[in-house]
Formats: sequence, structure tokens, C-alpha cells
Amino acid sequence: MLLYILKRVFYVVPVALGVSLLCFLLVHIAPGDPLVSVLPADASQALVEQMRVAYGFDRPLPVQFAIWLGRALTGDLGTSIATGRPVASEVSTAVANTVLLAIVATLIGFAIGGALGFIAGYFRGSWIDRLATILSIAGVSVPHYWLGMVLVIVFAVTLNWLPASGAGPGGSSQWAWDWEHARYLILPAVTMSVIPMGIVTRTLRALVGDILSQEFVDALRAKGMRDGAIFAHVVKNAAPTALAVMGLQLGYLLGGSILIETVFSWPGTGFLLNAAIFQRDLPLLQGTILVLGIFFVALNLVVDVAQAALDPRIRRS
Amino acid sequence: MDATAAPHRGYWAGVGRRLMRDRVAMACAAVLLALVLAALLAPWLGLADPYRGSIARRLRPIGFVTPQGVVHWLGTDEQGRDMLARLIYGARLSLFLGIVPVFNAFVIGSALGILAGYVGGRVNMAIMRTIDVFYAFPSVLLAIAISGALGAGITNSLLSLTIVFVPPIARVAESVTTSVRSLDFVDAARASGAGALTIIRVHVLGNVLGPVFVYATGLISVAMILASGLSFLGLGTKPPEPEWGLMLNTLRTAIYSQPLVAALPGAMIFMVSICFNMLSDGLRSAMDVKL
Repeated sequence: MLLYILKRVFYVVPVALGVSLLCFLLVHIAPGDPLVSVLPADASQALVEQMRVAYGFDRPLPVQFAIWLGRALTGDLGTSIATGRPVASEVSTAVANTVLLAIVATLIGFAIGGALGFIAGYFRGSWIDRLATILSIAGVSVPHYWLGMVLVIVFAVTLNWLPASGAGPGGSSQWAWDWEHARYLILPAVTMSVIPMGIVTRTLRALVGDILSQEFVDALRAKGMRDGAIFAHVVKNAAPTALAVMGLQLGYLLGGSILIETVFSWPGTGFLLNAAIFQRDLPLLQGTILVLGIFFVALNLVVDVAQAALDPRIRRS
Repeated sequence: MDATAAPHRGYWAGVGRRLMRDRVAMACAAVLLALVLAALLAPWLGLADPYRGSIARRLRPIGFVTPQGVVHWLGTDEQGRDMLARLIYGARLSLFLGIVPVFNAFVIGSALGILAGYVGGRVNMAIMRTIDVFYAFPSVLLAIAISGALGAGITNSLLSLTIVFVPPIARVAESVTTSVRSLDFVDAARASGAGALTIIRVHVLGNVLGPVFVYATGLISVAMILASGLSFLGLGTKPPEPEWGLMLNTLRTAIYSQPLVAALPGAMIFMVSICFNMLSDGLRSAMDVKL
């Protein structure tokens, strides 16, 4: 097991390095000078040069990358051009909000999608199977930002049951565990849960069908095992894959939350990215994407290791 | 040569026959075809000007008739422009931005994947590890990051979406190529003196492009949702161009006054993306592709 973990970590390091290189290069594929947004339009050439040196833009690219990476490793992601605050602190508040939203959404999506997919796979061809198939296609086809708008129209504008946007009463962006705050979480989390729901339903339906068609199930039946006990065997066999899908979906939601966060003005990383893009705040853009990318890579690693811990066959291959 | 080409034609005829029998897939194909025709023939359909509106008639409900007797079947938008005309003209850009990046990625990704899978060794390492880096980002994040850095515009959206879809397609092409390469008939072709290019052209392409194509068609709906999403954020198409994502964005403030009209562009994206997914599923089972 330890060997397996070491092998995975060894494999992840170059990917993480590549991810940081990509984030670093983002600023350099951007047209125009990254300093344009901070400098006044009539800045003198001397001032521009001075800023260039101050930000380190005068050095060769590989040197800039090495310096940037060294700082990032110590948790220093630079300073936001727009607000002048450290990028790391801006990102950490936002990440906490996004993680909360994504975890709740994954749990909802997984509970519903998992149950639906499981039943559909177990009872192939039944009405619930057909319903699950339709729902999963709708789930992966729906533009989630539009679904968010529709839910706002129904539950906030028409019925007036839930707030349309924000993360707390009076525009607060600090989360607290009470109903006053939880109300704000419901619509964005339900909207977001549709993304994993469709995929989880699809995957589990196929998976359970595959497991049921394997020989050991017939053997168990022949031995006289009751349906309930066979069910337990199916669950045990489906668990590693289900867990992997859940982990990957969580990671996907962390990075893919920007559209939903924009619809609901949820103060997370998506909101931050949006601000960074439109204020052309490149250090903030770079830092946020780096944190999300590394998060995703790390989560993949955790999923791989957890899957191997549950299923010894994976460790040996 | 004819002897080898005949069963090949037979395969595609079989696929076509199976697809024709799939009623759901055919219905979706019909909807998409009708939409494409309407979008292409829009100037001759007697629609209102999609760019010209009147402030006096902004945000009118579905089925609104002006005092002059002009009917706005689907109401008007926030600038008083006819929604029906804008939705139909909008299909042009929305479909374009859904299909073209996937097509580009299909060409580039298949080439990279086949190269990596066929040559193997160091070339495979170099190509696939680079692709792993791009794969390390959720697709939405990657598209937004690249578009955000490059700035708004149709060309930049095309570019960023193409970059997003190359890695998954290349991965599929690589894994299919690797499994085809080790099959006996490839060894037989090599033993009978066929060169690498001939083997790729005759044996690998024929067996790899089908599954990869099916996989790529399944990405069109993702591309449409992403492309409209970029416009929705203000990173794609620029106003006043009619495009569904952008229309959804500019109508966001109208959810209080005309919720039904405001939801229309998203409903179009939903409908088209469902159709592409169903059609892709139909094609997958007609071609008997398992990925």
C-alpha cells in the first residue's frame, strides 16, 4: 500500500508542476501589458520601467517562473493589483465558501443520483429505470446557470420562499451554521447538485448492471443466498467506483462553480475569478486558478489512494 | 481493393439502418435539422430585424401584439427586439460555437492520440504527460481561465474551447490506438511489408476514428453549454450579436418583470443539448461503441 501511495505521489509531482507552469503562463498569453490596469494612462516611460522592475517583469521568463513558484510554495501568491491585499488571503476566504457549496451539492447529488442509479441498475427495464435514464440525460444536458435562473424565478421571485442571491442576510459573506444562512445555500446547492446527479446516476446504473451480470452473483444465488445479502455484495463491489466518481465530481464542482456563483452572487472562488477577469487583476486570476488546479490534482490523488485502500485489486495492477 | 471496401460499406449501411430505426435519435435529428435550416434561412423567414428594437416596446410578454398589428410571438427583450428573431438568428452562433471547437479538437486530438498510441515510448510519454496537465483542470475552469486571460470575443472562445476538448479526445484516441496496434491483423500487415503510414491509414484510422467520433459527438452538448456559459459571463460573444448565452445574460435583470421571456434562451440551449446527447447515444449504440 505504501509503495502504491509513493508511486502515485511520484506521478503527481510532474503534473502539479505542469499545472503551475500553465497558471504562470496564463499571464503571459494575455494580450497587453499586465501592468496596464494599475498604471494611469499617462504614466511616463520611466514609471512604467520602474514598475516593471518592481514586479519583476524585466527578468527572463524561466527566472520569473522559478521566483513565482518558490513564493507560491511558501504560500505567497503575490498581491492583488486591484485591492492591494495578498492574493492568498483573498483566495482562502473564497475557497472556504466554494468548498462548502460544492460539498453540500455533491452530497445532495450523490444521495439522489446514487439511489436512482442503483435502483435503475438493479431493476433494469422497469419504469424507474426509464425515469432514471431520462433524468440523467436531462441532468447532463441542462445549462446549470439557466437552471439556477429558473429556480430563482420559481422559488425566489414567484413563491418568495428563498432568497435569490448572496450568502447571508444583509449581504454578509461570512458563513454561519443557522437557518438564516442555510436558506441562502439551498438554491445554489440544489442547482449545482444536478451536475453530479446525472453523471452518478448514469455511472451507477451501468456499474450495478455489470456487477449483477458477473458469475459470482449467479454462484451466490445458486448457493441459496437471499436477495438482501446479494444486495450487500453488489454495494460492496460498487463502492470503490462510486467513491471515485464522487471525489472527481467534488473536484469538478470546486473548479466549475464560477457560473453558478455568478448567478447567485455566492462569494466563492468563482466570484473571485469573475472579479479578477473583469478588473484584469492577473495575479489574482493566476493565484485562484493555481489553488483550484492544485486542489483538483490533490483530490485526484486522494481518490486514487482511497480507491486502492478499498479495493486490493487496484493496488496490485 | 474492392473486396476490402465492400464489407466496410456494409458496416456503415448497417449503422445507418440501426440509427434510422431509433425513433428517439431520429426525432432529435429532425429537431436539430429544423433548427439548422431555420438559422441558415433566417433572412427569408419574414422575421423581424434581430438587431433593431424600440425602447417603447421593451420586455413585452409572449404573444404580444403591437397596436400596429405586429405580432411578437415570443415577446421582446430588454431593448424591445423581437425574441423569436433573436432566438433563431442566435442559433447560428450558438450552434457554431458548440460544433466547431469539438470538430477542431477531434482533428487535433485524434492526430495527437493516434501518434502517441502508435509510436509509443518517449513520444507517448511526452504527449500524454502534457495532456495530463491540461486534464488536471476541470473543463469549465480551463475554458474560463484561458478566455479570461485572452479576453472576450468569438475567436478567443473558439480557441479556448478547442484547447479544452483536445485532451479528452486525445486520451480516448490514444487508448483505442494502443489496443488496436497490438491486434493480430496489424502484425499481419506489418509482416506483409506495409509501412507505418499505410498501417495507420488503412488499419488504425478505420478502427479508431469511429469510436473517437462517437465520443466527440457526446462533447458537443458540453461545448454548447460551455460556450454559452462564456458568453453568459461576458467572455464570449459581444453585444449586440444574438447568441443564447449572451441573451440569457442581458435578460437576467428581467426575471422579475418577464420571467418566461428571460428563461427562453436557456430553454433553447437545454433543448439543443438534450438532442445532441440523445443523438450521440443513438449513434453509440448503432455503431456498437463501448468506451
